[in-house]
Amino acid sequence: MIDAPSVGLVSLFLASILTSNVLLANFLGTCSFISISKDFRSSMGLGIAVTMVIGITSAVCWAVLYFVIKPLGIEYLSFIIFIIVIAGVVQMLEMIIDRFSPSLYMALGIFLPLITVNCAVLGVILFMQIRKYNFPQAVVFGFGSGAGWWLAIMLLASIRKKLDANTAVPAGLKGTGITLITIGFMAMAFVGFSGMIAVQ
Amino acid sequence: MSPILVGPLAVAGISTVLALIISILDKVLNNYGEMEISINKGEKVLKVKGGSPLLATLAAENIFVPSACGGRGTCGACKCKVVTDVGPHLPTELPFMSPADIAANVRLSCQVKVRQNLEIELPRELFSIRKYRTHVEKIRDVTYDIKEVLFRLDEGEIEFTAGQYVQLVVPPYGDIKESVQRAYSMSSVPSDRKHVELLIRLVPGGIATTYVHKVLKEGDPVELVGPFGEFHVHDTPATMICVAGGSGMAPFKSMFYHMFETGAFPLKEVWYFFGARTTRDMFYLDELRALEARWPRFHFVPALSEPKPEENWTGQTGLITDVLDRHLQNVIPKPEAGWEGYLCGSPGMINACTNVMKKHGIVENKIYYDKFA
Repeated sequence: MIDAPSVGLVSLFLASILTSNVLLANFLGTCSFISISKDFRSSMGLGIAVTMVIGITSAVCWAVLYFVIKPLGIEYLSFIIFIIVIAGVVQMLEMIIDRFSPSLYMALGIFLPLITVNCAVLGVILFMQIRKYNFPQAVVFGFGSGAGWWLAIMLLASIRKKLDANTAVPAGLKGTGITLITIGFMAMAFVGFSGMIAVQ
Repeated sequence: MSPILVGPLAVAGISTVLALIISILDKVLNNYGEMEISINKGEKVLKVKGGSPLLATLAAENIFVPSACGGRGTCGACKCKVVTDVGPHLPTELPFMSPADIAANVRLSCQVKVRQNLEIELPRELFSIRKYRTHVEKIRDVTYDIKEVLFRLDEGEIEFTAGQYVQLVVPPYGDIKESVQRAYSMSSVPSDRKHVELLIRLVPGGIATTYVHKVLKEGDPVELVGPFGEFHVHDTPATMICVAGGSGMAPFKSMFYHMFETGAFPLKEVWYFFGARTTRDMFYLDELRALEARWPRFHFVPALSEPKPEENWTGQTGLITDVLDRHLQNVIPKPEAGWEGYLCGSPGMINACTNVMKKHGIVENKIYYDKFA
């Protein structure tokens, strides 16, 4: 029923991490990326949370898209429905993690509910819709994008840790300024992957 | 179906399904069963349902940890020490924690969920301070301007020390647009945990006293907050020299009947000076004289400052300070443990009596009174 692109799952996974990294290629989810990356441990927690949320919501939203939205012909409402689904899934995920892995829940802390408004999540789901992925592709793309986001924030957190110790940063650029410049360089570096796999 | 309806219905349907799943998950997952919270090393052990924040769990057990924001984690007031290891401090807690707090395991009780048996530490006074819903059981005029008001607690029991006070919550009435609270010493005995008795003197223009005298009727609901206050009988063998005037009678009535009933502080002699202007202002005379007859350690000295000849007053006359002065000079034996002063009344009376007591060798830190008057 779907005219899915013919792309292998492995290359789709690698592409979503490297060549079309949701953060460094599309600049989605940048707000928490910048604010959280100043702490390495929090970045780890948020990375895990984002990966899980994007992976699971893409699966759920795929089902909602092809079993509710398309049959009813209400594509014009897909944004609102996706946002509702994301909020609901994050809420459920929070309760499940809270119950079964208090230590992970502690590590994720406030970040889990905050992901509800992380645009990377909605962005990935909309890509999934536009690119007409089938279910396995949607799931792989979701988890891959999340992992890419995770990788990016870990890299940035590591760089910022080094930068904090570096006194050569001009006073006016300290903090967010130098972080934005760093992100720019990282994005350029990731462009270097683009020749490897092309997924659109 | 009209295409206009499909969209909203679909959104509503999806929301409903999600909400249902969340509610069911919540019921299933948040069922931690019964947990035990041990407060101050087992001083109080609560059996509670797990799964809620500590703040709310304690509030359900009538222990009110102060909280200004109501548990949203924005005020930082609900700090409490959690001895059990419940994991590292959350990012929501850290802004309110000093390094000393973190080292001492101080947490925000609104952010810590009860998901295991907990051992916590709380200041003791939090156990008993709460808001009590009561109804007025009886109002009695004891003098022309003092009413004895008996409140019956709607639920629960009040635990207090004789001499403590409660705040009466006065709702808006007449021209008074805002609720106010005023402190009154309890005159009932602590052993009666279902009632609180207050003696309230009409102060011309006073918001709370006018309310009690002119508006309050038997059967009315009233809220009381407490108990508060450090005014209480000190456990020493020293003789108590108590001085009161007017509604300052209240804490002493509670103390004396409590001591008489329970035989508490058996080494203490009690001298009670009660000053009034005329017999019109004098009350509980018969009760206290009866108490004096049945309780050898208790000596009651009522005094009138302006007795009228037709009143046939046979007791002491003069200002209460003069009566006190004379008795300390000539009448009251001074035991080895010395004297302790207990005062309740107007600030002017407290000052004057403090001076008399100091003159007779009672050191200032052995003269006790509540400053709320």
